[in-house]
Amino acid sequence: METLTPRSSNPAHVGRSNYDEEPILGVQFDDVEQQHESSIMGMWLFLSTEIMFFGGLIGAYTIYRFMSPGEFALASHHQNVPLGAFNTVVLLASSLTMALGVRAAQLHDHRAIVRWLILTAIFGTMFLGVKAIEYTTDYREHLIPAMGFQVPAEDLEKMPDMNVGRYQMYYVLYFFMTGLHAIHLIIGIGLVLVMAYLSWRHWFSGAGETQIDVTGLYWHFIDIVWVFLYPLLYLISAHASS
Amino acid sequence: MSTIAVEPRQAIQPPDDHPEEVSYLAAGHTVRSWLLTVDHKRIALLYLVSITVMFFIGGFAAVIMRLELATPQGDVLWSADGYNRAFTLHGIVMIFFFLVPSIPATLGNFLIPMMIGAKDLAFPRINLLSWYLYIMAGALALVVLIFGGVDTGWTFYTPFSTMFSNTMVVPAAMAGFIAGFSSILTGLNFIVTVHTMRAPGLTWFRLPLFVWSMYATSLVVILGTPVLAIALALISVERLFHVGIFDPALGGDPVLFQHLFWFYSHPAVYIMILPSMAVMSEIIPCFARRPIFGYRMIAYSSIAIAAIGFIVWGHHMFVSSQSMYAGMVFSMLSFLVAIPSAIKAFNWTLTMYKGSVRLETPMLYALGFIGLFTIGGLTGLMLSTMSTDMHFHDTYFVVAHFHYIMVGGAVMGYLGGIHFWWPKMSGRMYNELLGKLSALTVFIGFNLTFFPQFVLGNLGMPRRYYEYVSEFQFLNVMSSAGASILAVGYILPLFYMLLSLRNPPNAPANPWRATGLEWQTASPPPTHNFHKTPVVTRGPYEYSPEGAEAIDGNLNTAFE
Ligand SMILES: [Cu+2]
Repeated sequence: METLTPRSSNPAHVGRSNYDEEPILGVQFDDVEQQHESSIMGMWLFLSTEIMFFGGLIGAYTIYRFMSPGEFALASHHQNVPLGAFNTVVLLASSLTMALGVRAAQLHDHRAIVRWLILTAIFGTMFLGVKAIEYTTDYREHLIPAMGFQVPAEDLEKMPDMNVGRYQMYYVLYFFMTGLHAIHLIIGIGLVLVMAYLSWRHWFSGAGETQIDVTGLYWHFIDIVWVFLYPLLYLISAHASS
Repeated sequence: MSTIAVEPRQAIQPPDDHPEEVSYLAAGHTVRSWLLTVDHKRIALLYLVSITVMFFIGGFAAVIMRLELATPQGDVLWSADGYNRAFTLHGIVMIFFFLVPSIPATLGNFLIPMMIGAKDLAFPRINLLSWYLYIMAGALALVVLIFGGVDTGWTFYTPFSTMFSNTMVVPAAMAGFIAGFSSILTGLNFIVTVHTMRAPGLTWFRLPLFVWSMYATSLVVILGTPVLAIALALISVERLFHVGIFDPALGGDPVLFQHLFWFYSHPAVYIMILPSMAVMSEIIPCFARRPIFGYRMIAYSSIAIAAIGFIVWGHHMFVSSQSMYAGMVFSMLSFLVAIPSAIKAFNWTLTMYKGSVRLETPMLYALGFIGLFTIGGLTGLMLSTMSTDMHFHDTYFVVAHFHYIMVGGAVMGYLGGIHFWWPKMSGRMYNELLGKLSALTVFIGFNLTFFPQFVLGNLGMPRRYYEYVSEFQFLNVMSSAGASILAVGYILPLFYMLLSLRNPPNAPANPWRATGLEWQTASPPPTHNFHKTPVVTRGPYEYSPEGAEAIDGNLNTAFE
């Protein structure tokens, strides 16, 4: 009654390399293509829900920024633009290694799969590390809402009539959006490592093409979200001053 | 001509040729075989049991409210706050835990794979996961709402919900969040299944309209629910950390919450009503013995409802600081969504024209649906007109309107569908006389409960008040009396359907002589639905009155 994925407990798969085999077919499917197509489409639909999820947030952000452009530009000054740019490059690189991992899975090259997936996870972790540095700096500068938030004195001088609530709103949204993105990234790193481990153990009856492909879609999505978040959150003033 | 209706759509071996294949119900009797099942039919039954429990819990809260409102003074509940908690319980349970999953998770789960000739949904385990998420969310919601209590109403309006309410708003929002995840997984599963799992020959325009409508529902679910999730997450953050998101005192804008909330919650109305429309499109041609009128228009109108339904949410904010021009646009778009709904109502009616209509229980529910849904829809137009909405806003007129859609429409459709497919799901026939009685009781009880509320609203009685001026008492007593009749109408099916389970299986494979694929296999169906993947060569509604007459005379279908 097994349905979707094979198990290593299946005696046919224990202790031997079987990456030339066809993937095991779920009973509900007629052939492997149908199964692959379904999994890919399932992930695309899931990503469409994710787009709506982040879309709601970006909508809220857009409205508040539109209503208080001055406060948002001022607040965004405290972001470390070079670190953000570095992180953008890191994530883009991770997308490249992920794509190479998917390619390796299609070629049934197990060593390459493991190599590219582990590199992907390393890039992901690097991103989180840089993010942690940024968060720590924000904490020291009292920029985390609900954790001793204070509007910096120089900003109050620059804009004495500011709406302090809106100024803080930028940071509420900043931490909510980047935090949510980080949670997605942590899940993504976990997934990628599980795939790397399963590939290394030759757990898949094929080379895990479908599973790794689906993981890749999710990974690229996380990357794309950041590509939107970076200019929205870091580069406001660059845009406003021009 | 007279043989068309009795011919099965394709040559499938009668189930008797496979005595060795057991039905899905007989495939295992242990608790484990149910709780770890990946069979879409068993998961449908798990859902059926759980949402029935939820329905009666939510109904019990309604009973308390109607008792309270039988007199102008507050006397049944200890305080106005108790009343607030009762209607919040009623709203949250009925919407998130009964109406949204009702038809999709039970009938949709059970029928979509069978209607498209598949062995199961594309992701059987995700299907089971969605049920577990539902149970988690439901348990959390019940604990919070019954033992703690929430007084915000199901709408969680800010800043009351985030800064002022002293009740357990965050856990209740979390329950809604998890339940949303559960329905997203169901919707995702349906869309993929319809795209990739159709039997050979089953083109898009040979799909039963049930599948079309369920597909449209799933689109709304997967695109709308995440926005509700984000709104609930944001109010949780604002409440937990006391940072401004929606609170004007902290730089927030409460109307933004209303926009995010209604961006989901208006389309959610279509999550509730489209599945009932799906059921209608199956029941009506079968009991009128006529091909459905305007198949393509009904199919397209489901998609149109899903699409337009996403751009009308602003009609909930005519009086909350939205600009007049935005209001005009939303008003116009809301009128527009009435068109595809009307197409459906007219097409069902025309399907019956010159048909040989048989008034059996599912058909009685279906006829009730058309009438009540029409009233609900037309009063919706009165509410989407800005000038009249000023008058009706936040009165019992609104309460009556959406109950005509959600109870008169969605619940009637749900009950009609349960009666229609009960023989297929359980293998048993229910008592037809009691069935007709229940349909009639529900119809009378419903109208007696909610029609007076239109009048009350027009007279100016506000919603969500637990005391009222004494001149409203007569209409309120009428409404409370109607509610008790309605309660009998709802308990009745529970009683005779459970009773039918005591009999040995007695339902033929196709008791209604319907043409859908699901009727071409045994009742109850075997675990993988069909002994051989069916090949489809015709459209879904090949009925004719002549054939119906022949059947009602002496012919049997191929499988009886
Ligand atoms: Cu609405």
